Parts: sequence; C-alpha cells; structure tokens
Amino acid sequence: MSTSPRKQNNREKPLNRRNFLKKTWAALGILAGLEFTGAGIAFLWSNKEKTPAGDRSKLLSVGAVSDFALNSVTPFRPGRLYICRLEDGGFLAISLKCSHLGCSVSWDASSGKFVCPCHSSSFDKLGNVLSPPAPRALDIFPVFIQNGEVLVNTGKPVKRQRFIKSQAVYA
Amino acid sequence: MAELLDKSKQDSSADSQEQKFGLKSLILHLHPRRVPQAALELTHTWGLGGMAALLVAIQFVTGLLLRFVYAPFPGKAFDSIIMLQNEVLFGQFVRNIHHWSAIFLLTVTFLHLLRVFFTGAFHRPRQFNWIIGCSLLFTVIASNFTGYLLPWDQLAYWAITVSTGMLEYLPVAGAQLREAVLGGPEVGAATLLIFYNLHTSILPLILLLLMLLHFWRIRKARGVIIPQKSANEANDYVAVYPNLIVKELVVALVLLAALLTLSAIFNAPLQAKANPYFSPNPAKAPWYFQGFQELLLHFHPLFAVLVIPFAAIVAMLAIPYLRYDAEPTGIWFISGRGRKMGLISAAIALVFTPLAILVDEYIISPSAALAAFPGYIIKGVIPLSFLLFFIAALYYLAKKKFAATRNEAVQTVFIFILTGFLILTATSVGFRWEGMRLAWPW
Repeated sequence: MSTSPRKQNNREKPLNRRNFLKKTWAALGILAGLEFTGAGIAFLWSNKEKTPAGDRSKLLSVGAVSDFALNSVTPFRPGRLYICRLEDGGFLAISLKCSHLGCSVSWDASSGKFVCPCHSSSFDKLGNVLSPPAPRALDIFPVFIQNGEVLVNTGKPVKRQRFIKSQAVYA
Repeated sequence: MAELLDKSKQDSSADSQEQKFGLKSLILHLHPRRVPQAALELTHTWGLGGMAALLVAIQFVTGLLLRFVYAPFPGKAFDSIIMLQNEVLFGQFVRNIHHWSAIFLLTVTFLHLLRVFFTGAFHRPRQFNWIIGCSLLFTVIASNFTGYLLPWDQLAYWAITVSTGMLEYLPVAGAQLREAVLGGPEVGAATLLIFYNLHTSILPLILLLLMLLHFWRIRKARGVIIPQKSANEANDYVAVYPNLIVKELVVALVLLAALLTLSAIFNAPLQAKANPYFSPNPAKAPWYFQGFQELLLHFHPLFAVLVIPFAAIVAMLAIPYLRYDAEPTGIWFISGRGRKMGLISAAIALVFTPLAILVDEYIISPSAALAAFPGYIIKGVIPLSFLLFFIAALYYLAKKKFAATRNEAVQTVFIFILTGFLILTATSVGFRWEGMRLAWPW
C-alpha cells in the first residue's frame, strides 16, 4: 500500500542518483533471475539429448537374408521389433509398439495377426490395422541389406498410415 | 457435549503448563482459539480435511524411510524393493502403509472435495480456496502417479506406458510432450529418475506449500462453513482445546488404526520385474485413471484425452465463479428438493452409463457400416453432442419441472457427471479382463 504513492513520485521525479541506483539494482535482480532460470533450463535440457537433433540412430544386425523364410514373421527381441518377410522376398522391420498407447503387440501365428493385449487392437502381418482402437499401422524401422546381412536402424521409427509397396526392402 | 463444555472451563489451569511447552500455541496457529459449537458436528465435515492432512504426514514419514532403501535405477529398483520386503525389519509393513495410505489419501481428498461441494462451501469467501483445493487434488494424483512407476514391476511399467501413451494424442505437441515427460522415447532410466525426483522432492514441496495456503484461506474464511440456521442464531463459541482437538485426535486414531490393520493384512502388490517385451493382458492404467482409459475405448482419442478431460477440469474450476441464485446454506445437498433431484440424477446416470457402454461395445464399435465414417465423427462429435444434449435436458428439467434454483440445478448436473465417471472407473477396474473385453469379475 505504502509503495504506490512512492511509485507515482518516481514517475514524476527526474532521474536522480537515488532513482538511478534503485533501477539499476532492480534490473540486476531481474538479470540474475533470468540467468538462474536459463542455467536451470540448460541443465535439464542437456541431459536429454547427447546426440545432435534427436538422432538416435542405432544399426542392429538381425541376421542373414537366408535366415528368414519367405512369408514369415520372426521376433527380434533386442530391437523390440518383428522381421516380416513378404512372399516376394521383401523385408519389413515392424515395431512391436502398438500405435494406440504403446503396449507391446505379440504375433499370434495361428490367426496370422499381431494382437495388442492392452486394448485388443489387431494388425495383419504387414502391420495394417485390422481392428481399432489403434489409429494407424504399426511403425516400421528402416532396413538395409549389405552383403546378405539384414541391418535395422532401431533408432528411427517411421510412422505410417498403412502398408505401401515402397516400404519393403529387397536384397 | 455438556461434559466437553465443562472441561473447557477448566481450561485456564492447563494454560500455565501449556505455556512451558508452547504446544498449544503451535496448535492455535492452525486453529483459532475458539470455534462455533456447530462446527464440531462430525456429520458436517466428517473430518475429511483433517484426515487428508494426517495421511500426507504419514506419507512424508514412510516415504522418508523408504528413501533409505530404494534405488531409482532400472537395474536396481525392483531388487531394492525385494530387499526392502525380505531383509529390512518392518520393510514390507512400511511399504504397505505407504501404499494403502496413498490410496486412502486420494480417496479422502476426493471425498473432501465432494463434501465441500455438497455443503456449498465453495461460495464467497471460499472461492479461491476451492481452486487451491483442486490443485491439491491434482498434486495428490500426480504424486500417486509418479509413485506408481517406482517399484519397476510389470504393473508399474505398463500402467505408466499406457497412461503416458495417452499424451501422444494431444494435438500439435503431444509426442514431444510425452518425450519430455518420459525423458526419452520410451519408459526407461531417464523416466525413472524424473518420476523419482518429482515423487520424492518436487511434488511433496508443492503439496506442503499448497496445504499452507489452503489452511490460511480456511482461517481467513473464519473456519469451516456451518449451517446458516445455526450461524444466524447467537452462536455458542467453545474453546478449540479440548473440544475440537480431542475430536480430531479421535478421528486421527481411528483412521490410523484402520490404516495399520489394512497394512498388516494386505500386502502392496508387486508383480514380476518390468519386461518391455511383454505387456500383461490386460494392461491397465492406475485405477484413478481407468475412468479415462474406459473413455478412450468409447471416444476418439482427441475427445477422450483432450476435449472431455479439459472441459471437465474447466467446469470444475469454474464451479465457485458461476452466478448463483442463493447464498451458501451450509446444508448437505442444499435442500430437500436438491437431495431429491440429486437422487433422480444419480439414478439416470446409473442406468444410462452402463447402457451407453454396452451399446458402444456391442453395436457401434463392431459395426462395419459405421467404420466407414471418420472416427472423430462417429466416436467424437456425435456421442459428445448426445451427452451435452442430455446434460442440457437435465438442467432444464431441473429448472422448469422442479423449479430449482441455479445452485440445485448445477448440483444435479454435477451428480450426473460424477456418477457417470464413477461407473466408467468401476467398469474398467472390475469388468474389463483379457483383451479389455467386458466380463464379470467372478
């Protein structure tokens, strides 16, 4: 309450020494506050991303091309993915993370479907949605084939609506 | 009661002793020296606020003990819980108390909110304290949620995966927000450290500060609301010690006894160690979020995760700031009419919520013809419009048919939404089993 008349005085008064010092201190106080805030944010941020621009690339070898039979689905646990080999020999690395809420889907060989235990979404072997609530197909990881070896970049899941032919990779 | 009043007269003899220890003056910082006789009625407040404060204190003490054993790293967390249970004296017991007390705290806080609403204790001058109270509820929920992950078992891992998965449906920055919360693309070491830090330092600090604000606002409003009839009479004021303090002690001891008995009989759950490759079937969110998980089965994610919860929170915070016809009465459910309409409203919700769930589960969701339409229409705009129409109809029915005041009509709608939410939660907790399909719990 007592500060408001003083404030008015400040406005009217010319910038004398006392006022100048008061304002300088206030400015320094704000600067100090900003510095601490900035340092705090920088502290929390640097912990998050060690690699530039969110690049978490991580190439994993999942086996030789010949290890995978045509028209087969093979789990590859360390990468949390399934290797799906199409009838025409194409490869797909399908993430086992359900596109609905992130549960791990499992391959049910008898019905030929990926089934999510959390909300019973199901997907065909290409990852297309067969029954909701999953909103889109299962993510895939980029596949590279070098010297007969199948490599998967598990750091870069690719979101997709449904399977299209160009997603498959051929030896 | 007369006996208690007599005791208050002997008050002065105890005064000299009290001055030595200063205990009384400490208590009198929280309570006024004298309180209205009417405020002591147990059925008026049920002592819920006091219970919540006691439970927070219990959480602080048991949590501090647990901190001496627990290791917040994925490789060690689960093993440290096993060690706690098997090798630390009273380890399992302390964990049980912390577990049950957390559930009690959330329940009691929610019941306290209902008590405040139904006795009209949110009107002026208590408007802002309602906001603080809601913030306290949110902080308690956040504390429960962050604590849920710490045992690092299957239950913890997948409940947090599913709940944070809901964030991804927020528009624009949902995926980024989820990554910020988890500290990475999936629940992992960074997540555990973040949750541990929030759970054991940041949230308790916020809780403590909000509680102080909450108590201060209660003092500013001159204590709890009391029925207007008795407030208008020349009110009998009685000394807070021993009249109120002894009652509080009784409530505290009964609560403590119940909590300890429960903790001695039932162990806190601990499933197998977290395994990112296998989701348990079914994987459910913590029980207090299962209402939303159930909502997610029936509504398009945008509506289940953003529109409906956001609208509900805004409505909740707006309650004290609506324009009302009448001042607070301090009487449960406002009036006889309010009570009657509340019962009707609860009955309607009790019939129609399960009906809506069943209709969606067996008719709308499996329908191939409807699947051709975009999800946000069939499972978003249409059901939400239906729901809003229902609420509006209820409001008008109350106003026109029953000639209700605004207070009573708002209460009627509140009861309808509350009952619906409780049924959604109960459905998910008790009637969703393998593959989240509906089934009887037996």
